[in-house]
Amino acid sequence: MALGASVPTVSAPVVPVRELVPWAVFAGVILLALLYLVGMDQGATSVFSGSMLHEFVHDGRHLLGFPCH
Amino acid sequence: MVRTLLVRGMLAGVVAALLAFVFAWFFGEPALDGGIAYEDALSTAAGETDGEAPLVSRGTQSTIGLLVALLIYGVAVGGIFALVHGGAQGRLFRLAPRATAGVLALIGYVVVVLVPFLKYPSNPPASSVDDTIGLRSGTFVIMLLLSVVAAIVAVAVGQRLVARIGTWNGVLAGAAVYVVIAGIVAALLPVVSETPADFPAVVLYNFRVATLGIHAVLWAAVGLLFGLLVSRGTRSAERPTVGAGAG
Ligand SMILES: [Zn+2]
Repeated sequence: MALGASVPTVSAPVVPVRELVPWAVFAGVILLALLYLVGMDQGATSVFSGSMLHEFVHDGRHLLGFPCH
Repeated sequence: MVRTLLVRGMLAGVVAALLAFVFAWFFGEPALDGGIAYEDALSTAAGETDGEAPLVSRGTQSTIGLLVALLIYGVAVGGIFALVHGGAQGRLFRLAPRATAGVLALIGYVVVVLVPFLKYPSNPPASSVDDTIGLRSGTFVIMLLLSVVAAIVAVAVGQRLVARIGTWNGVLAGAAVYVVIAGIVAALLPVVSETPADFPAVVLYNFRVATLGIHAVLWAAVGLLFGLLVSRGTRSAERPTVGAGAG
C-alpha cells in the first residue's frame, strides 16, 4: 500500500480540544462504566449486589476474554 | 460536532456487535458449551445432583444474554473509538478520516485485545479456579491499562521520530517502543496457569480462537463502519461545520 502516494491533503475539520475534552470526560466515564459492568461487575468487585447481571451477560463475559469462572 | 461523532461511533458499535454475535454464535458457543459439559461431568462425578435451578437459564445466556453483552461492549467501544478518533483526526496521522478510523481500529485491536490476550488469554467455563477471580481480574485490568499507556507513549515517541527520521522509520520505532514496554509489563506480571490437566484441549483452543475472532469482527466493523459514516459526514456537513466554526 503506497501510503506516501495516496495520502490526500486532508481538509476534514479538526475537532477543537476545548470541545472534545468535556465530552471525552463525561461520555468516557459512562462508556468505561458500561465496559466494567459487562466485563467485571459481580465478579471480584460488585457495584450491584447479587449475581443476576453476571449470570445474564455470562457468555459474553467469557467469550470477550474477561476473567470469570 | 463531538456529539455527532459519538452517535456515529455508538451506531457503528451496535452494528459491529450484531456481526460479532453471529460469529460468536457459530464459533464461540460450541466451545463454551464444551466447557459447560466438562463442568457438568465434574459435578456428576463428584456426586452432586443438580438440585437448584440456575438464576439465568443456559438458553437465555447463550442468546439474549450474549447479544446484550456484545451490544453493551460494542456501544462502549464504538463511543470511545469515536472520541479517540476525534482527538486523533488531523493531529496524529496525516490521513483522511476514513483511513484514520482503519488505523485506529487496528491499533485498538492489538493494544486492547490481542496483547492483553497473549498474557491472559480467555478461558472457557470451568477452566479457572473460582477463588483466584480477584487476582485474575486485577492482573487483567493492569495488563490492559498498561498496554494502553504503552501505546500512548509509543505514539508520542513515534510522532516525534516521524518528523526526524521519516514516516517508515518513525512508525517502526514507535511500534518497537510499544512492543518493548508491553513486553516488560507482561514479563513482570504474575503467571496464571490454572487449566485442569484433563480439560479438553480442543475446547480450550477453539474457545480462545473464538475470542480473537469475535473481537476481530467487532473491531474491524467498528473501524470500517465509523470510517464510512465519518467520511460521508465530513463531505455533507462541511459547509455547516465551517459556518459553525466561524459563527
Ligand atoms: Zn463464568
